[in-house]
Amino acid sequence: MNVLSIVVFLPVAAAVALLLFPRMSDSAVRWTWITVTAVDFLLVLGLWIASPPGDGFAYEVDLRWIPSVDSGYHIGVDGLSMPLVALTAGLFLACAVYSARETRRVRSFAALFLFLQTVCLGLFVSLDLILFFVFFDLSIVGMYFVIAGWGHRDAARAALQFFLYTFLGSLALLLGFIGLYLAAAPHTFDIVELTRQNPLAGKGVTGALILLALGVGLAIKTPTVPFHTWLPPAHTEAPAAGSAILAGVLLKMGTYGFVRIVMPVLPGVWRQYALVFVIVGVVSVIYGALVALAQRDFKRMIAYTSVNHMGYVVLAVGAAGLVASSESQARHLAITGAVTQMVSHGLITGALFLLAGAMWDRGGTYDMDSYGGLAAQAPRFAGLTGLAAFASLGLPGFSGFIAEFQIFTGSLGGAPVATALAFLGILITAALFLRVLQQVLLGSQRSPSGKFGDLTWPEAASIVPLIALSVLIGLFPRPLLDAIEPAARTVSAIFGG
Amino acid sequence: MMNENPAALLPEIFLALVAVLGLLLGSYLPRHRQWLVRVLSAVACVAGIAVTVTMWSGMDQAVFGESYVIDVATNATRVIVLLATLIVTALAGEVTGWAREAEFHVLVLLAALGTVVLAGAADLMLLAAGYLLASIPLYALAGFAKDKAGTEAALKFYLLGALLGVVTLIGVTLLFGVGGATGYTELRLDEAPPAAVAVGTVAVLAGLLFKIGAVPAHFWVPDVTEGARPVVAAFVTTVPKIGAVVATYRLVAVPLRDAGVDWSLLIAVIAAATMTLGNLAAFFQDNVRRLLAYSTISQVGYLLMAVAVAGRADLALPSVLLYLAAYSITNLGAFAVVCALPSAVTLEDYRGLVRERPWLVVSLVVCLLGLVGTPPTAVFAGKLTVFTAALDGGLLWLVVLGAVNTVASLFYYLRWVVPAVRGEAADASDIRTSAARMAYLLAAASLAGGVLSGVVLPMFDGTLLQ
Repeated sequence: MNVLSIVVFLPVAAAVALLLFPRMSDSAVRWTWITVTAVDFLLVLGLWIASPPGDGFAYEVDLRWIPSVDSGYHIGVDGLSMPLVALTAGLFLACAVYSARETRRVRSFAALFLFLQTVCLGLFVSLDLILFFVFFDLSIVGMYFVIAGWGHRDAARAALQFFLYTFLGSLALLLGFIGLYLAAAPHTFDIVELTRQNPLAGKGVTGALILLALGVGLAIKTPTVPFHTWLPPAHTEAPAAGSAILAGVLLKMGTYGFVRIVMPVLPGVWRQYALVFVIVGVVSVIYGALVALAQRDFKRMIAYTSVNHMGYVVLAVGAAGLVASSESQARHLAITGAVTQMVSHGLITGALFLLAGAMWDRGGTYDMDSYGGLAAQAPRFAGLTGLAAFASLGLPGFSGFIAEFQIFTGSLGGAPVATALAFLGILITAALFLRVLQQVLLGSQRSPSGKFGDLTWPEAASIVPLIALSVLIGLFPRPLLDAIEPAARTVSAIFGG
Repeated sequence: MMNENPAALLPEIFLALVAVLGLLLGSYLPRHRQWLVRVLSAVACVAGIAVTVTMWSGMDQAVFGESYVIDVATNATRVIVLLATLIVTALAGEVTGWAREAEFHVLVLLAALGTVVLAGAADLMLLAAGYLLASIPLYALAGFAKDKAGTEAALKFYLLGALLGVVTLIGVTLLFGVGGATGYTELRLDEAPPAAVAVGTVAVLAGLLFKIGAVPAHFWVPDVTEGARPVVAAFVTTVPKIGAVVATYRLVAVPLRDAGVDWSLLIAVIAAATMTLGNLAAFFQDNVRRLLAYSTISQVGYLLMAVAVAGRADLALPSVLLYLAAYSITNLGAFAVVCALPSAVTLEDYRGLVRERPWLVVSLVVCLLGLVGTPPTAVFAGKLTVFTAALDGGLLWLVVLGAVNTVASLFYYLRWVVPAVRGEAADASDIRTSAARMAYLLAAASLAGGVLSGVVLPMFDGTLLQ
């Protein structure tokens, strides 16, 4: 069996094992969960080191699945997917460690997260549209049960809204996939084959309709304005680990779909309508930041900064379509920046949501007005929150700066006005994070429960590595960029030059 | 040349023989030995499946004066119907020991025979005979428990069935009159007056839509599903459709192919109305069987999408057959859960069930999400191919409507799932273990069916015998 398949399916195998042995104690379940995710993470690192992403796909497997419609079990990794696979494995490990104190139905919780891990890893390695869709849809099902089963008070309602809204997106995506299948000759669902065929070249309205279906499907998942309304309630009600995975991994599926499927398979149509995505991206950047500024709820605020950060990614991929075909360097920089931003946002927002979870466990509320002066009571919590906030606002030295710098540099040529406007987003996020730090960490001491205990070791052990990685990427970005660049160049080359 | 080879009809002959035998045995056997008929009935199904599978790759043929054709559609219907009948026979634990146990199985077999005949019929007269054979046993089954709800359901079922049966016969007469024959190959509808053909087609479709449970002939579905015994409801909402959908497909794809009526638009509109009305009506049902009844109506809408593009898309026939197989397994799985918990009637009765019966709830979730079309279940593969076929046939509006309806259907399935997986444990309710085991099996089959759809789909590849 192929080693990449093992990485993907190891977690779900462990989940089945957990369910088959109901007599296992809770602590044994926790340790199994942590061990399996750690092994999976190490395997991913091993894969990365053994075969650094270059041109083409590594660890590729292509088995027949539904030959009648030419859909197969086709998986493989390249520079676009490898960093996201590693991010996924890392974030799930962090969530396993963070949940070491979880007491509610631990077995089901662990099994569900292991299932979700397989689904997320599977999505990023899929090179077949149907396989991609299977994982895309199952991620919604899995996250629904996480929110509905372990969420806060209004979780059932938020989970339902999340399920219905994103399911609508996934069906739009499915329609787009079927359209691509029918447009290709011979019909196929294989992404690599579709990329080679460029089936929509010169097919006017059909191409626009398919791009519309794919665009709406992925935009709901990303989410961009105006399809973002499911996100804040889902985050507010989800348990901390669920939020970290939702923001850190699930949102990336939308933007990953743009760079993996939409741009390479329909480059001509993308170029034609790229301006729409640039505008959507900029509106998401500005709107997300402004609404985040108005929030009193810590978790809701982070949710809106996600809309802002994913907006940069959409701006970059849109601008890459607008850049003149001669300026391949700028386009290549924009795509690299987009992927870097996905990784960076996953690390930073994952850490922020876990910190929000720690806040809820101590105070029972996310309302920022209820807290104050936590730096004195809980220095570790305060330090990490401060670092994560600075990372999120894109300060040099953190991964966010590397990503956003590349995005802006790459996009400026193609969409100068939009890029200039997007700069405002950074200013607003800087303002809002500084205000949060001032209010929650400094000033007179306030906490709903009186005492605000500092981070426990499982919390610290899960959050510190995420922020450390962000700093590491911020200071030494080369290894990550070396991995992304060849694949970004391949996508860029499809657009000419 | 008349092909009158009875060996070609072995599966049908098994069903008829065992039905007659069962009726005789039932008259003589004491009550505690009537299970013998159940075993015989299962043997007939297994033998029928075995024969069909061995004959599968044989030549397509038309037998008995070309009135009955054996092609991929008939073979697939045989296997799906017999498999579904076998599952229902296994689920029929609740009639064990009843005075009329043998009759139950005889009626099930006869109805199964009728639905297979519907699928294979290539002659309007045989189609009408199949309609009657597939309907009359079901009227008796609907009122089998002789309780108030069952009797009422049987009466409604019978009245609507009799009415639409007569309409069908009028349609047959009309098409015979303008087409000059009843056999599909000899019917000449392309030169007949289009208005008469249109009226005749709609009249014949009336009976078929009644069997399928499609709008506007769907009114019996919720009443029968709620009023009859759960195992009867499982049978009635699953098996008759299989034959009737294939019969509709054959009707539009063979005799009506070149006729001057836009049957494609007619079927597409019926499909759209069926899925939408079924879903809207299911939204606020609190009775699980009524909810499932409306869900089966909406499923029919998706099935008819592919019928609407019969002959216009390569995937139309395979996708219909795949969807029928997937739907049968998944729908029976959901009903198996209902059969396993005889005292749970409303959605509220399922609250907290996950604490008591975790695997039963897992099966329920798999089957209900399967009915939505969540990958990687069998219905997902069915839906994917049906949508692809419909889009290929140029029905973009219908595919978009189908997608929107799929999202809407999620809402009411979740209304059932959510209480089952949340809340405090309710009092331990009585459970039928055999039905519960069948639910686990069917849920697993529904999952496996999606993963193995690559193996199943090529078997359904083929064309109708013209």
